[in-house]
Amino acid sequence: METMIKTNRRDFLKIASAAGGGLLLGFYWNEAGASVIESVTEGALAEGEVTFNSYLTISPDNIVTIFSPNPELGQNIKTTFPMIVADELDADWSKVKVVQAALDTEKYDRQVTGGSGAIPHSWERLRKAGATARHMLVEAAAKRLGVPASELSTENGFVIHKKSGKKLTYGELATDASKITPPEDVKLKERSEFKLIGKRVRNVDNFEMITGKPLYGLDIYRDGMLIGMIQRPPAFGTKIKSVDASAAKAMPGIVDVVTFKNNVAVVGKSTWQVMKARKALRIEYEAAGNIESSADHDRLFKELLDSKEAEVKRKDGDVDAAFASAATKIVREYQCPFLAHAPMEPMNFFADVREDGVELIGPTQTPNSARTQVAEMLGIPPEKITLQLTRLGGGFGRRLKTDFALEAAELSSIVKAPVKLIWTREDDMQGGSYRPAVRYRFEAALDARGNLIGYKLRGAGINSGNTTREHNFPSGAVDNVLIESIEHQSPITTGAWRAPITNFLAFAEQSFLDEVALAAKKDPVQFRLELLERAKQRPVGQLGYDADRMIAVIKLAAEKSGWGKKRDVAQGFSVYFSHRSYVAQVAEVAMKNNQPTLQKIYAAADCGIVVNESGAKQQVVGGIVDGLGHALYGNLTFRNGEAEQKNFDTYRLIRIKEVPDVEVHFVDNGISPTGLGEPALPPTGGAIANAFFKATGKRLYRQPFMQQPEMEGVRLDQRM
Amino acid sequence: MALYKLQINGKTYEADVDADTPLLWVLRDNLGLVGTKYGCGIAQCGACTVHLNGRAVRSCVLPVSAVGSGKVTTIEGLSEKGDHPVQLAWDEVDVPQCGYCQAGQIMTAAALLAENPKPTPVQIDNAMQGNICRCGTYHRIREAVQLASSKLK
Repeated sequence: METMIKTNRRDFLKIASAAGGGLLLGFYWNEAGASVIESVTEGALAEGEVTFNSYLTISPDNIVTIFSPNPELGQNIKTTFPMIVADELDADWSKVKVVQAALDTEKYDRQVTGGSGAIPHSWERLRKAGATARHMLVEAAAKRLGVPASELSTENGFVIHKKSGKKLTYGELATDASKITPPEDVKLKERSEFKLIGKRVRNVDNFEMITGKPLYGLDIYRDGMLIGMIQRPPAFGTKIKSVDASAAKAMPGIVDVVTFKNNVAVVGKSTWQVMKARKALRIEYEAAGNIESSADHDRLFKELLDSKEAEVKRKDGDVDAAFASAATKIVREYQCPFLAHAPMEPMNFFADVREDGVELIGPTQTPNSARTQVAEMLGIPPEKITLQLTRLGGGFGRRLKTDFALEAAELSSIVKAPVKLIWTREDDMQGGSYRPAVRYRFEAALDARGNLIGYKLRGAGINSGNTTREHNFPSGAVDNVLIESIEHQSPITTGAWRAPITNFLAFAEQSFLDEVALAAKKDPVQFRLELLERAKQRPVGQLGYDADRMIAVIKLAAEKSGWGKKRDVAQGFSVYFSHRSYVAQVAEVAMKNNQPTLQKIYAAADCGIVVNESGAKQQVVGGIVDGLGHALYGNLTFRNGEAEQKNFDTYRLIRIKEVPDVEVHFVDNGISPTGLGEPALPPTGGAIANAFFKATGKRLYRQPFMQQPEMEGVRLDQRM
Repeated sequence: MALYKLQINGKTYEADVDADTPLLWVLRDNLGLVGTKYGCGIAQCGACTVHLNGRAVRSCVLPVSAVGSGKVTTIEGLSEKGDHPVQLAWDEVDVPQCGYCQAGQIMTAAALLAENPKPTPVQIDNAMQGNICRCGTYHRIREAVQLASSKLK
């Protein structure tokens, strides 16, 4: 028997009979609203288990299995999603098993990790999933006990009838519950009723991670699997002229060497043999486009910032008039280099392309794009491709791209064998998809009383797209604004890097506003608050942010850091809104033995309701460490189209000695939660630079800071 | 190729590999011990850290031929049930984000505490400086090493 129930919402329920006499029930979230209802396959789940929806099953032995659809790369979504479901379900967390779901475009939408978007997208859906299952368990218990449902409550995996003292486990009710007609609307908990949400819940994969269990793409091994590595052109703007693979092919363990799309792929039986054979390749390259060096980019930035071709992103009032009448004008420029994403697990993917279908396994932030593109490339329907997600050893945006999955599939189709494609660290650093190098020019006009009457920003980037966030603060708070962007098209490929564009724009803007506040003879915090008050009372044009929420994080950071009240440390302020969340930071630099030392960073974050106290805190701390590390050290330069830094010996990442204390606070406003994977990173550079200025009188205009003359003698070792 | 007999986690393993094969790839490709990670291949990141006769070494640059009869411990052999004080502290403090570097971090920390059960904060930083965590879990690593140390007799 098969029954389908269409709710009056755009989500669908599915009930089908199972072999064991129980029922399978599934929610189908479909944002498009189309009536996509498909039968649940019998036996798709372990016998005796009852599927309540895409997100969970309850088995007769009380194990609640919650499927986590989104790729997990350290943002802690695999713990956070199930917490939300389990809270509304009133499940016993110790009996919750979390399973990473494979790609399934029918069950899940937005199976993507990017843009700090998973929580705002899924918060309501996850709660409804848990609450619906809970409702059905209660109804089933009411029938079984012959009491009204209103007399029943739920707690920790039990339905409880207080009057009679009877208790039933979810497991013993599961099969009955699945016969209940699912409610069209279900009541969600009040915030005060949350039991898990807001608590400190440890990562569900901790045991596997600390005992070295196979979890990551690189840990995939299969019988008959070959290892593949690809030699790509070492310089951007070049292509293959000739390949001599005879020596490599003759080496032990090597199965084949094949050439496709400017790639020379070595395929063999073990990683080391393939690595060695790759070094024996003799490949000549020739120019196929611009061959660029970092010195060229410096010249280009100057041209672009003076160009007449820039695209106007926002225009309010009359900036020319404002600047003509200004009592004080300030013009400053800020520049950042390219950055590699450098996740600890290098790129890799497993592909087995067979006649009857394709199996893909690996770490990707965008599984559906990977499958769609592999289908297009191989000319086979996507339904014939399965994609299983592994845990991602970091992403930072690099794994939004699908190049490595496409390479693996193409290589497997050519050599007709299952292949695990591995990038070395050097491949990763030379392989492109970088954070774009950008230069900004900021201009401010102040009247005689220190009011900001004009504001101009022009960003010039290399393959950057829009270098600005034109509707972000301080837009909306200034009468006369001009925001422009211009980019240079380069063979050096770029991509989204954690907090795209804002990862540097925020530093530039917040450093600039610090200087403007000083010129206006105002305290930097007070200056920002006045602008936000203005944006609230009399907004100019479109506001891309909520002034009240920004004011709240500013005030919280100021309060917790004792802003302006400390005599022995120099404080620097910064605040930024990105990816729907607000974060303000105060950095503190102290003089130790006449050397400025970064001691501490305070953060105040507003991401609405904090779902997991442990995960949320670490997202903020980790974002700050990331922002700090790359502001201090991150530098990828080019010479004749080739990246000059190829591994961690020359591409410096922040290490343990260099991290200052970090203190995190959250605004408690009860608003539906927003993401935290990115928002804590952008403000960090500005807070540090402003604190160093306060301590030393020196301003920083370029990253990485540690390579600037202003930073000579600066101590970063916290514990010397 | 040659046959190597290796003492790993209290067992004897055999691997038929080239003499210059780094121990890392023997562990992963030949012996199925994938807890030891590849991060850089040049001993700069520490993801591949194992113990050789109790000392933390980078297995990505240690040729299998140099291991000899030395006793190797990998993350899989640090404890039988995942209950080494350092592992327990890592869970308690909830250290991992992506988790990829953490086996190496744990092996470095365990070697430090074996040699110096009560390290100062400076000694902890010095010992852990060679292990990169791209997610930025350094504060929790410090806390977990201290917690593990406090639980040692």
